[in-house]
Amino acid sequence: MSSLRFTEQALSDWMRSGGSHSEIVISSRMRIARNLEHLPFPMLASLEQSEEVLELLAPVFHEEAAADFGSFQLLKLDEVNELDKKVLVEKHLISPNLANDSRSAAVLLNEDESVSIMINEEDHLRIQCLFPGLQVREAWERATAIDDIFEAAVNYAFDDKRGYLTSCPTNVGTGLRASVMLHLPALVMTHQINRILSAVNQVGLTVRGIYGEGSEAVGNIFQISNQITLGQTESEIIENLHSVVTQIIEHERNARERLLVDSALRITDRVKRSYGILCYAALMELKESAQRLSDVRLGVDLGILEGLSISVLNELNVKTQPGFLQKMFGDELNATERDMYRAKLLRETLGTQH
Amino acid sequence: MQCQECGVKPATLHFTKIVNGEKTEFHICESCAREKGELIPGTAGGFSIHSLLSGLLDLEGAGKEKSAATKTTQSLQCENCGMTYSQFSKLGRFGCSSCYKYFNSALDPLFKRVHGSTSHVGKIPKRAGAQIVFKRQIDELKQELQQSIIQEEFEKAAELRDQIRKLEKEITQE
Repeated sequence: MSSLRFTEQALSDWMRSGGSHSEIVISSRMRIARNLEHLPFPMLASLEQSEEVLELLAPVFHEEAAADFGSFQLLKLDEVNELDKKVLVEKHLISPNLANDSRSAAVLLNEDESVSIMINEEDHLRIQCLFPGLQVREAWERATAIDDIFEAAVNYAFDDKRGYLTSCPTNVGTGLRASVMLHLPALVMTHQINRILSAVNQVGLTVRGIYGEGSEAVGNIFQISNQITLGQTESEIIENLHSVVTQIIEHERNARERLLVDSALRITDRVKRSYGILCYAALMELKESAQRLSDVRLGVDLGILEGLSISVLNELNVKTQPGFLQKMFGDELNATERDMYRAKLLRETLGTQH
Repeated sequence: MQCQECGVKPATLHFTKIVNGEKTEFHICESCAREKGELIPGTAGGFSIHSLLSGLLDLEGAGKEKSAATKTTQSLQCENCGMTYSQFSKLGRFGCSSCYKYFNSALDPLFKRVHGSTSHVGKIPKRAGAQIVFKRQIDELKQELQQSIIQEEFEKAAELRDQIRKLEKEITQE
């Protein structure tokens, strides 16, 4: 496969429309885990059984029922090269687990990349829907509709008492992981973030870094999701997440306003300094670029920087990832070369904005 | 990835240790981690959910004398895929959907700890779940019936009883 449409552009089409609260909320994501009856979960499945899962699930979405969600393309992961896999992970279209540790793994992607249906991940089926901004209810509506299409065609592992059965006990019941990706620079700067995040933990939600379980929060981007999947209905889970996220947005907004009032000069200096460094640096590490882009993003929202669009910044967040850089500039880059090309990319993109 | 200590089991714990600015990466399996004593409480943030979970699943801490009840739990085995409860508690993953049935006796305390609850109240598959929807409706009506009897609302109770009978009839007809 010489060129893969899904790995050519950094920004998925679904990201281009802002959604509500887009100055703080980057995206809303819904993930539903399902398994087939009678076949062992992917961890224990033989190669033949994994192939069987793939053959059962993949054709479901070629039928007319799926037409409402755009046209889908099936990618078998063993036919995708390592670099493209990396880019798919960086764009959140597949999980690291699907890319690296799965047998007969495949993903169904629609044209605007807002729906990603992973087959043979930790569970047989993982339906993921992505929406820009705060749209958890909309994302759930779509995910559950897709779930219904599969349910009409295959027999799910479902138990009267335990609900949808999943490989990991943390997903059993609804199999639902609802999450929202938030940019919270002002709460970090004013040292309120830890207090807020520990409060979040007490209401059954959890905070992860931008690339999921075990990843670090870089560039002040946090992913907040439900921890509990059993004993709550889907709408309880979604409304709980929605209301907590709405409160966090409120806190972040207040903190931003207070920064402008209490330390206007400092915050202006910080934003413009970061912008200057992004426009002129010759070497740029990933961590620094994430932090600087976070400052610039805040500056755009506070009106300190003009003429830059959030969409360009979203695009840079993906383009500055190692996989995408290699995709653009060659796959044999060492760390220093990557930092050099990252700096070049940032200079050229941001420099021409004015 | 294999465990870098024993080279046999798959590495399930991945973490970075920084001592005096010197970074060392570890990729080891759980049993080696326990042996090396790397499983120090408070460092849990660096571990995968995986290992946190198996801590939860292992009802009594490693090294302690195991009670008879725990021993029976550990020896539970899924007749469909062959996984034992003790394997499950190490891996933190079920092998197949039948594991839920064979490990059932041990799952309530586990789910209580992980989710604070033991039963599903959310979505039900339309096709396979039609019966379950009926059953849930009947359960709800029965609870209402109990309430109305306690409150001596006998007219309402009679209505509820008829509704329940009707639903039960529909189930048996299917």
